Amino acid sequence: MHKSESHEPLFHIVRREHVSLKHSVMVRAAAVVLALLVCALVFFLLTGKSPLQFYSAMIDGAFGTKRRIWLLAYKTAILLCISVAVTPAFRMRFWNIGAEGQALVGGLACASVMFYLGGKVPNPVLWILMSVSAIAAGMLWALLPALCKARWSTNETLFTLMMNYVATQLVSFFINTWVKSGSGTLPPMTDYGLPTLGNAWILNIIIVIIITVLMHVYLFRSKHGYEITVVGESENTAKYIGINVPTVIIRTMLLSGALCGLTGLLVVGGTNYSITTTAIGGQGFTAIMVSWLGKFNPLYMVMTAFLLSFLSRGAVQVSTVFKINDSISDIVTAIILFFIIGCEFFINYRVVPRHASSDKGGAK
Amino acid sequence: MRLVSFLVSAVRVGMSFLLGSTGETITEKSGHLNLGIPGIMCVGAACGCITESFYVTSCGGIDHVSGFVAVALPILASFAGGGLMGLIYSFLTVSLRANQNVTGLALTTLGTGLSNYMIAQVSGSSYAQASKIFTKGLPIADRLGVFGRLVLSYGPLVYLAIIIALTASWMLTRTRIGLNLRAVGENPATADAAGISVTRYRYVATVVGSGIAGIGGLCYIMDNLNGGWEYTIDAIGWLAIALVIFTLWKPNIGIIGSIVFGAFYVVSSYITGVSFNFKAIIKMLPYVMTLIVLVFTSFARRKENQPPEALGLPYFREDR
Repeated sequence: MHKSESHEPLFHIVRREHVSLKHSVMVRAAAVVLALLVCALVFFLLTGKSPLQFYSAMIDGAFGTKRRIWLLAYKTAILLCISVAVTPAFRMRFWNIGAEGQALVGGLACASVMFYLGGKVPNPVLWILMSVSAIAAGMLWALLPALCKARWSTNETLFTLMMNYVATQLVSFFINTWVKSGSGTLPPMTDYGLPTLGNAWILNIIIVIIITVLMHVYLFRSKHGYEITVVGESENTAKYIGINVPTVIIRTMLLSGALCGLTGLLVVGGTNYSITTTAIGGQGFTAIMVSWLGKFNPLYMVMTAFLLSFLSRGAVQVSTVFKINDSISDIVTAIILFFIIGCEFFINYRVVPRHASSDKGGAK
Repeated sequence: MRLVSFLVSAVRVGMSFLLGSTGETITEKSGHLNLGIPGIMCVGAACGCITESFYVTSCGGIDHVSGFVAVALPILASFAGGGLMGLIYSFLTVSLRANQNVTGLALTTLGTGLSNYMIAQVSGSSYAQASKIFTKGLPIADRLGVFGRLVLSYGPLVYLAIIIALTASWMLTRTRIGLNLRAVGENPATADAAGISVTRYRYVATVVGSGIAGIGGLCYIMDNLNGGWEYTIDAIGWLAIALVIFTLWKPNIGIIGSIVFGAFYVVSSYITGVSFNFKAIIKMLPYVMTLIVLVFTSFARRKENQPPEALGLPYFREDR
């Protein structure tokens, strides 16, 4: 007979019963600090320059001038808007990874209203049409996977993923239809853009702040929000207490798609006045990470969206100042993401070494 | 003859999709929806090209290299690079229990950034020259007319892709390892109770699958771009993920499916009289077809055509 001890693994993992706020904040802060140290180390290995220069360039890129601060705020707002949009679906465990496509078709619908009706109707009417069409397009793009999920439980992750690329090609089709020269770039239709306050960014930022607060109230203080949470926790429980699961799925996805479409409106109608296939620039995917890192809570997501926007703006500056390939931005972002993703484990679980656990077992 | 050259180039680009989708199928069979495949293919491509570049330089030019080593070494490097990325993914999702979608997307960000950074450090021509070794077909191909061109004219990676797909298909359906792997992906709790190590199967399947997908990235650079680098290899990765669904998680069907996808990918350069904007619609078709297959299979509810039951779901023994 072997001793029972020799069969026991070196350590085992226990879920923490109560996670204190202090503990979770400490672990996350440690992860970010550690990640920034690793980034500085990578930077040192690549360029041989001091890590301090790396940090100062990051901060300079994000806050260096008034314009950069505005841009950072705007980037954060757009990323936050998409993140808030995908959150209700995620809380329902509906993995909508099609935010990129939903925002893009929203932008496309907005651009087509500007292209076909711009100048033919008064601008206030045009703005209303732009908003309505963008939101409707986003909703349509979200409705298709939601219907299939509700009716035949089609895998929504794969469905929404494919819809992104259908959207990209659709935009490419329309740009090439509109631009006769074949250059593939649509000149900005500045005359028909949404009204602005002061500068091009303020109105967008205000809209996003309002949406974020409203979404927080909707998710945590309304009956709909409660239903979403129950469906996410257990569909069977939801059925048992009389929640119509297909209705909740479709309603929530329509909301999600509408907000994605709105983001497309803000980007195309409010800022760029034109559209490209990369108008959303992968933010629809980044939003998934923002939402998850923010624990699907719109208020926490303000911080995670800010962190990721800060990183990308800062890394752009690092690559310009030190003349490194601009892929460094992706590398820095990914390193930080991995650290934050990995640290969740240490928040929720405890690693118990072999001897400590056998002592405990003996005490029982 | 135009039709033949169209089919040949469809097969050549299709095989990079096939390698990516075979790798992803093996991974998904273990229950991992690895959205890092686009990044993994980028890194695989970069590792292969950089290794080739070092090898060619160390031999003192493309004329002095040994053909076998010049092909085998980059393939191994791509496999290792892809496998290493898969290891990061498995460590985070299996050992640290992170969310699969978030980890996969972060891996794609890392992979595209890392590959574009790494490839800028070596001279492009050194590995570009080697692509002619990769695309050299059997010498008798020229003498056998259309048959020779369609079947025998490809480089080693194309045949490797088909062999890997057939082997994977055989492993998944005809061996105990495959049965165990499918059990892990369908119902990890039951597999665990039956004494199958869920952790080990998920790790190995993801690492091997990622390695195969990494070779797919190399295949795209060498066979389709003739050694040129492209900053958007990740687009191939998303098509590979689509192909997994399109072929209903069966690598042997993937051989046909990949050629169909390849045909749509290259067809716009072979047909004339089609307006520029319509080409975007053609490029949309693989995704639309995939969507139709996805909806239709969920509608038909045939057990053998469904995604693995536990796809995308984490498994922690203690949480049961």
